[in-house]
Amino acid sequence: MTDPSRAVLEIRDLTLRFPTYRGAVHAVNGASIRVNAGESVGIVGESGSAKSVTSLMAMRLLPEGGFEVMGGSVALCGRDILTASEKEMVKIRGRDVAMIFQEPLTALNPTRRIGQQMLEVIRLHRDLSAREARDLAIRLLGDMRIADPEQVLRRYPFELSGGMRQRVLIGLAFSCEPKLIVADEATTALDVTVQRQVLHLLRAKATLLGTAILFITHDLAVASQFCDRLYVMYAGAVVEEGPTAAVLGAPAHPYTQALLNALPERVAPGELLRSVAGSVPDLTVELSGCPFAPRCAQASAVCERRPALIPTGSDGHRAACWLAARVVQ
Amino acid sequence: MTHSPLLVLDGVTVRFPVGMDWLGRPTAHVHALNGVDIAVETGEVLGVVGESGCGKSTLANVLTRLVKPTAGSLAWTAGARQRLQIVFQDPQSSLDPRLPVWRIITEPVFLRERRTVADLKRLAGDLAEQVGLRREQVRRYPHEFSGGQRQRIAIARALSAQPDVIVLDEPTSALDVSVQAQILNLLADLRRAGGLTYILISHNISVVRHFCDRIAVMYLGQIVELGPVADVLARPRHPYTRLLLDSVPAIGRPLDMGVPIVDTELPSNRRLPAGCFFRDRCPFVVDGCERPQSLAPFAGPTADNHLARCHRAVDLAEDIA
Amino acid sequence: MAATVGPVAGGPTAASDWGFLFYRIRKSPLTVLGILMILTVLVFVAFAPWLATHDPNAINLKVRLAAPSGAHWFGTDEVGRDLYSRVVFGGRLSVGVGFFVVVIAGGVGAVVGCLSGIIGGRVDTVLMRIMDVVLSVPALVVIMALAAALGPSLFNAMLAMAIVRIPFYVRLARGQALVIREMPYVKGAIIFGASDWQVLRWHVSRNAMPPLIVQATLDLGGAILMASALSFIGLGAQQPTAEWGAMVSTGRNFILDQWWYSAFPGFAILFTATGFNLLGDGVRDLLDPRQKRR
Repeated sequence: MTDPSRAVLEIRDLTLRFPTYRGAVHAVNGASIRVNAGESVGIVGESGSAKSVTSLMAMRLLPEGGFEVMGGSVALCGRDILTASEKEMVKIRGRDVAMIFQEPLTALNPTRRIGQQMLEVIRLHRDLSAREARDLAIRLLGDMRIADPEQVLRRYPFELSGGMRQRVLIGLAFSCEPKLIVADEATTALDVTVQRQVLHLLRAKATLLGTAILFITHDLAVASQFCDRLYVMYAGAVVEEGPTAAVLGAPAHPYTQALLNALPERVAPGELLRSVAGSVPDLTVELSGCPFAPRCAQASAVCERRPALIPTGSDGHRAACWLAARVVQ
Repeated sequence: MTHSPLLVLDGVTVRFPVGMDWLGRPTAHVHALNGVDIAVETGEVLGVVGESGCGKSTLANVLTRLVKPTAGSLAWTAGARQRLQIVFQDPQSSLDPRLPVWRIITEPVFLRERRTVADLKRLAGDLAEQVGLRREQVRRYPHEFSGGQRQRIAIARALSAQPDVIVLDEPTSALDVSVQAQILNLLADLRRAGGLTYILISHNISVVRHFCDRIAVMYLGQIVELGPVADVLARPRHPYTRLLLDSVPAIGRPLDMGVPIVDTELPSNRRLPAGCFFRDRCPFVVDGCERPQSLAPFAGPTADNHLARCHRAVDLAEDIA
Repeated sequence: MAATVGPVAGGPTAASDWGFLFYRIRKSPLTVLGILMILTVLVFVAFAPWLATHDPNAINLKVRLAAPSGAHWFGTDEVGRDLYSRVVFGGRLSVGVGFFVVVIAGGVGAVVGCLSGIIGGRVDTVLMRIMDVVLSVPALVVIMALAAALGPSLFNAMLAMAIVRIPFYVRLARGQALVIREMPYVKGAIIFGASDWQVLRWHVSRNAMPPLIVQATLDLGGAILMASALSFIGLGAQQPTAEWGAMVSTGRNFILDQWWYSAFPGFAILFTATGFNLLGDGVRDLLDPRQKRR
């Protein structure tokens, strides 16, 4: 049950800069993301949209000194993440917020058995004896519909298939019953049949425990199946947000529209696909005006002023486009 | 479509030895391909889909002759020029980072003929323009290009050898959707202009639906369904194809729609199941499934060019949206 | 016709890649220090005839074992030769030896290792077992054996050192070759018709270089130390050659009263070896692929 009054994650107007040799990269430009308790929220975008970076900030997983916060705030269950000490962050990570990465092979230590790794994480965050922790691990694996969990605990990661590894990681993510799970392209590397299984399990478990999920993906179809609400990011900014059905069914921002139009299923077989001209803007230059304007067919002089998110339609569907106000349901 | 096969695979089987006992003899084998029969038609775009372990990568290796079949044969029809090239999936690792782009594009020519550097650079420039890059850019190095541009370089490289057939191994899987659209358009243009034949290996059904004429669905080293794309995707006859299509996410389609979500895993290809390979996971299993199934046409209007490896293909016929 | 696309926005050009390199070097003060130290040594090596104050072999019995002074900056040895000039000229030998050993060992090792990795099979097995044999014998024993067989001289010591280092490079190169040959661009080259030799020449050799370069830079310091050590025990440079290790060794006899005899050449060894080691560490960090892009 989603609870709009309790925000599990609240990122407000976050602006991040990465100092590099060629000058600072303005990676995130005033992005605001909100995840309420029990919700599953998706962030979609292509490379360079900063979707991963923004969500990594929920756990402050970016390398110290590698980024500068130019503005905005990040609050996890009301606690300010940007000013928390590293010691506090270590306690928060895993317990209040957990993460599932794209590549299960590199997320698990290949030289240690699954059981050892799971127990280490569980006992780090929860005060359980070895016996109790082991029972919990078995239960978690069972929830993920893994057959013969005791056997799996004794195995090494390379002995499992990709789908099973990802299920182990998801089970582990739930071990401390966190308020929020961040899944960064968690099913991209999986086969479609396995992906369907994994998404189903993830959603079932999250619903059961009331865990919120922040789901990052470039695959609009997966987002449409899994997420209640959606944020569309481009060049480090949120360009559209709202209930998934509204955003994908009646996209108000030209970028979202272009993204949907470029899908092969939007065009008859054999016809030319509708690609978007141009390329992602150079982020070493500070953003001025609408980031999508250079590539937008409907751009005009007013686009030199960067639009804020304007409501279009009801129930929280907003788009950062001057044309959005005129879009009717 | 007129019937003019270009390349015929007959019973292609590939087995890799795995693990050794103390005498050096293999203890087990990985059965990557288990009897692939297919005739690639001139000028068609043949899609090969399947999940991990289905053998599509091994198939690509067999087509490019990196791997020799343990049994069966790969034969070109008489008179064919036998030129086959490949475009790989990952634009990062498919181009040598320490060579300039002109050298990369003309590598197939460079390795076989003696040509001056100026000649090669000119050829590279021509090909670069054909794939939508600017001539001058061939002096640069791969890391200076984006993923989509690198795939264009890889396509130019494949073209430099003037192939008849190009194997496209997941050419757009590592690219953003908007870039994917550009690359697919480019490939379509090139095919029309050059009369090429494509074999597209992909796990992305919507790309296959849009781009291919025929589709071959692979499972555990066999083709389980083969036929015209529109037909197979609208009226899948093999239970695995149905499972696959139901699992493909589509906008607006809920997660639980379609075939029930099963918890079984792909069986190992070290020890092949007896009879139909899909038996353990098939919701329609009956007596008779324990016998090996053959890829055969079934009665129906599109019978002779839509084949399915299932003796129940006819009774299970059911249109999906 | 598909729309033409331009270069990726803000991508580095060939020229600015050097700028990027210097930027990264600047970030590591120790590497900068190492580079400065090496440059100092190289300047002395290159311009020895102009930077020395005396002929290093000129005997002058009137100033035997003189302490450092305005006339002889590092003092003199037991036959009155200016130590400063001997140290300066000795640098040529020591640095020369270092480069010789590393270039020979690295060059031979790289080719043998890469070929072994690419060809594989029985050739690979045989070559690796030969390397194992060389590795199993302690380096010093091999060198002493060769010196005994061929006669003690700096050249024989260099040769022996090079031979003993070859297996390390062979292993490194082979490991790299094994990884690189699985890369799609190599598979592509094979599909396009490349022979084993062409794969080595065009793809493996370039991409295998980084760890080999790192190893070579680190080895330079070690080779210089080793050459000095050999001369110290009498196996390398012989008298009256001005070589640092030999000078330190002769200086032992005078160390109580004429400390400068061993100290200055010893310091030269320390300075040069440290410089190369710092450089080697810096090179390894720079070539670390994880830090490659910005």
